[in-house]
Amino acid sequence: MAKNDIGSKRSPRRNPAAKLEEVMTGTTVFGIPFPKDLNALKNMSPIVIKHPYYVEYVHSYGQDSPFFAGLANKKLLGTTCGRCKYTYATPRMHCTKCGKETKWVELPQEGRVHTFTTCYFGSEEFLKETPFHLVLVEFDGVDTLMLARLIGVEGPGDIEIGMKIRAKFRRNSQLKPTDVYFVPAG
Amino acid sequence: MRPVYMVSGGVSKFEKARPDATFQKMVKEAFDYTMGDVPKLKPDMIDGSVGSYFSDHFTRQLMAGIMATDYLGLCPKPNKRVEGGGATGGLCFQAGWEAVASGRMDVCLAFGFETMSHVQTWKGNEFIALASDVNFDYPVGGFYSGYYAMMVNRHMHEFGTTVEQLAMVSVKNHMNAYNNPYAQKRKRLTIQDVRNSTMVAYPLTLLDICVMSDGAAACVLASEEMAFKLTDKPVRITGVGTGTDMMRMADRPHGDVILAPNEKKSDYKNLKYPGVHSFRAGRSAGLQAYKMAGITDPIREIDFVELHDAYTSSEIQTYEDLALCKYGEGGRFVEEGHPFMPQIDYGLKLKTKGTIPVNPSGGLIACGHPVGATGLMQAVFAFWQIQGTIKKHYGSPELQLKKANRGLIHSHAGTGTYVTVSILERGW
Repeated sequence: MAKNDIGSKRSPRRNPAAKLEEVMTGTTVFGIPFPKDLNALKNMSPIVIKHPYYVEYVHSYGQDSPFFAGLANKKLLGTTCGRCKYTYATPRMHCTKCGKETKWVELPQEGRVHTFTTCYFGSEEFLKETPFHLVLVEFDGVDTLMLARLIGVEGPGDIEIGMKIRAKFRRNSQLKPTDVYFVPAG
Repeated sequence: MRPVYMVSGGVSKFEKARPDATFQKMVKEAFDYTMGDVPKLKPDMIDGSVGSYFSDHFTRQLMAGIMATDYLGLCPKPNKRVEGGGATGGLCFQAGWEAVASGRMDVCLAFGFETMSHVQTWKGNEFIALASDVNFDYPVGGFYSGYYAMMVNRHMHEFGTTVEQLAMVSVKNHMNAYNNPYAQKRKRLTIQDVRNSTMVAYPLTLLDICVMSDGAAACVLASEEMAFKLTDKPVRITGVGTGTDMMRMADRPHGDVILAPNEKKSDYKNLKYPGVHSFRAGRSAGLQAYKMAGITDPIREIDFVELHDAYTSSEIQTYEDLALCKYGEGGRFVEEGHPFMPQIDYGLKLKTKGTIPVNPSGGLIACGHPVGATGLMQAVFAFWQIQGTIKKHYGSPELQLKKANRGLIHSHAGTGTYVTVSILERGW
């Protein structure tokens, strides 16, 4: 507490709804109380234990792997169907319209915001990155969109549908779709 | 296919956490309520069951379906698990319908549950987000509220939908739930309360979004002969439809609207459909169910709707998918008051009320969303509404609609990937 606050004239700030954040740490318990009378067991409080669950997968990107190799080399790759003339910004190796195998094409590195949001909360894995901005990107001559993060803005008020944005790449690839991200075009 | 009726239903009260019970016990509570409501139904008359729960991660128990089945004493009869994200419960209901319609069973139990309290909220959001493409979507967004926020921002851009219109859905559903003892959140709110609540993913606030729950629900479905043996007031399932769409929102087409019977091509001259503003699966499911039930003018021919309002925005989008209004008119539809209950005071100035009450129970936003149970909960609430037994089951008559001969239930999964629509009608 700042020294000046003590004894100052400001009205007291008191929040009856104040609450400590719940944490997943606790005390190890060995002795569990137990009644002599078995009929009392139905009134017993439930026992709740902590159960960690951690898995490392050997996850393959399979046929989509070239997309990630592209990002590592500062190239944005999509796929296109020769028969339907339909181009996918998020790659798929078989055309959803006709089933034919698609081919890899390089996408433009400038696009527009099709829609957006700013996430102030998120999954546990990304909570530390909040607030972050998501955009669905549309590209000229490309039929589908691409999900990406937008940086270089502070809040939703700085983002507009239709605004031009430009792709940038992480120098040290993580082999994740976040290796590419977007910034407002100059 | 032969006619199928619902003869009974039950719901465990949805709560933030039920540490006092395992999932089997919660299913048993819903099952016992269901059985108690039709005393003529004995367990040996049930030919088999279908079970549903969404996430193996939440449950941390594979084959939980058989464990619930054995707890209910329904072995060695048929059972299987049905799963499809948020629409799991709706798919389960329809799997029960299939079992009876095909003649495989005369009486089928459909049950569902979810235990979401076993992890903390943000880990729960992670589990839910694993129901998005883990190669391309999860690592970027990893947050369903963010996905829906992007969809509604586009809806607002296309059609001029406002955040106040979204907030009106929240006010309506929380207020309806005020008289539903099964609901998890029973609140009188104002539009300002909703807008001033914590921003989660712009423009969606905490009060625009449903909460995680522990809970279970059960329905008994029967053939015509068995239905009238068991109850005087069976409810007939006259239409079922299931729609799908591409998992990645980015992949959704930008083509022509799939027209409802009450729409024409000239209604949508410049609209690219579904894009990310509309749920093509919802339209597809609705039209299939309407065709089967012989419905051509849904707003006039359906008395009420229980729909999947995981987000206030998705309720507005769904009005349009179900052709209760045209695409683009969903915001105005709620603003004018059409989906509000005629007899409830919401503290809002509304031009009209009760054209077609939507989520008279309070929906997911207020009742909670224990995923595998949710679609079945909607069936149970709709069933009671049609039977005219709301007072008996809720303990008070406030939410009973005067005219509730035909209702629609709608269950929806991840950004509109699976959607089910079923039509329930007075069968006696």
